[in-house]
Amino acid sequence: MSDKTMTAEEAVARLESGMTLGIGGWGSRRKPMALVRALLRTEITDLTVVSYGGPDVGMLAAAGRVRKLVAAFATLDSIPLEPHFRAARERGAFELMEVDEAMFMWGLHAAANRLPFLPVRAGIGSDVMRVNPSLRTVTSPYDDGETFVAMPALRMDAAFVHVNRADRLGNGQYLGPDPYFDDLFCEAADTAYVSCERIVDTAELTKEAPPQSLLIKRHVVTGVVEAPNGAHFTSCAPDYARDEPFQKRYAGTAWPEFAERFLTGDEHAYQEAVRAWREEEA
Amino acid sequence: MSGATRAEYCVIACAEAWRGAGEILASPMGLVPSLGARLARRTFAPDLLLTDGEALLVGPDGTVEGWLPYRQHLALVTGGRRHVMMGASQIDRYGNQNISCVGDWARPRRQLLGVRGAPVNTLNNATSYWVPRHSRRVFVEKVDMVCGVGYDRAAAHHAAARFHRLPRVVSDLGVFDFATPDRSMRLASLHPGVTVEQVEEATGFALAVPEEVPYTREPSAEELRLIREVLDPENARAREVRG
Repeated sequence: MSDKTMTAEEAVARLESGMTLGIGGWGSRRKPMALVRALLRTEITDLTVVSYGGPDVGMLAAAGRVRKLVAAFATLDSIPLEPHFRAARERGAFELMEVDEAMFMWGLHAAANRLPFLPVRAGIGSDVMRVNPSLRTVTSPYDDGETFVAMPALRMDAAFVHVNRADRLGNGQYLGPDPYFDDLFCEAADTAYVSCERIVDTAELTKEAPPQSLLIKRHVVTGVVEAPNGAHFTSCAPDYARDEPFQKRYAGTAWPEFAERFLTGDEHAYQEAVRAWREEEA
Repeated sequence: MSGATRAEYCVIACAEAWRGAGEILASPMGLVPSLGARLARRTFAPDLLLTDGEALLVGPDGTVEGWLPYRQHLALVTGGRRHVMMGASQIDRYGNQNISCVGDWARPRRQLLGVRGAPVNTLNNATSYWVPRHSRRVFVEKVDMVCGVGYDRAAAHHAAARFHRLPRVVSDLGVFDFATPDRSMRLASLHPGVTVEQVEEATGFALAVPEEVPYTREPSAEELRLIREVLDPENARAREVRG
């Protein structure tokens, strides 16, 4: 069995401009931010990003790396509107496929199940149909004859997710209350990169939590990246909560200034810059 | 006269949305709807299910009674055993709701949240709305992006919208419903201290106004005690609703 551990740099080096990238987590919760930061250090651009959007979307859009976004929203949770996403959208920086949260979920399921689409009772009657003229409907072949949206599979070239623990083989474990859709992102992508707070021996995984916490199975994982504090500044329960003061700083700072101060170096430099900022603020 | 504040009438008006709902999930978005749902759960709607705002179902004292991660929550919506109260950046006379963006969708003047779950909510479970500041900017002739489906569009897609239901809209001025022949918005009750003229002035379309408009009911002494001492002792509600 192969050891899939790699650095964040090695993971993003396998991506190319123009790819479709899925990003796990939800809003400002358990986002694979260390991988996003590593991606920002490359020249990769022209991405189609598929995400239950949070600061991952905000940062990539602000940095001009997004050609197209597939999303139902972008939010920082405690700050309802993601300011950098908003600014990018208002200047027409990227194309948008705006779908409902449930449509998005069934799109992930369709991709994971190698189906071209799944029927969903959502979208009809709303302007989701107007702004996505490529969406098609499907009529039930049974007696009811109801018409549904045929949500197309959201198939991706690569997926990034962040979990609490993983082993070197790619088995990923979440310890917080919600798995979000991270397993589906990995199954819906041709390659999946799982960052984690800590890499542990396989036998350790079920010592800490029951087997139901083993969300991601190694057969859908390409690379495992140990990234302590790797979801920062989003939450990673129970390891840490969202860094609200820092998130506020991110939201209230013009992008070039934020990027200049926090994102010019590697991940270690980022964590050090955050620490220095915190001491300044104290 | 109970001495209730405007915010407290709003809590009562939101709570009433879940009266008689039975054993379903109450999904309030925003502070005042949350206080309303929790008040209903503690008093006249004890069978309601409530979340902690994340993935857990909790009792009134916070005791965990179930697990509802997003994927199960979205599945529960399609089963219909839920009544959500969402916000609305814009809403029109038929209850079409917008939380996505203001202006032309292709290049919005103001990007907001995005459609979120409004399309799936409105086709699958009861959906009410909460507007903390009733104005012509919110109650508009036509919304810029239909996220939540209103009654006119539901009628145009009869089969797909067979579970569509918008029980009420609560604002800081009153309660509204769609109990009219053409399913356009009607003034159902005024919060005490508000006049019909005030509501009409703050609404960007012609509301149906019955000859006799009742007032939103008074909270009981026990309800006021629960709101003030148990559910919101910090009086955060006064920051969401003026007056």
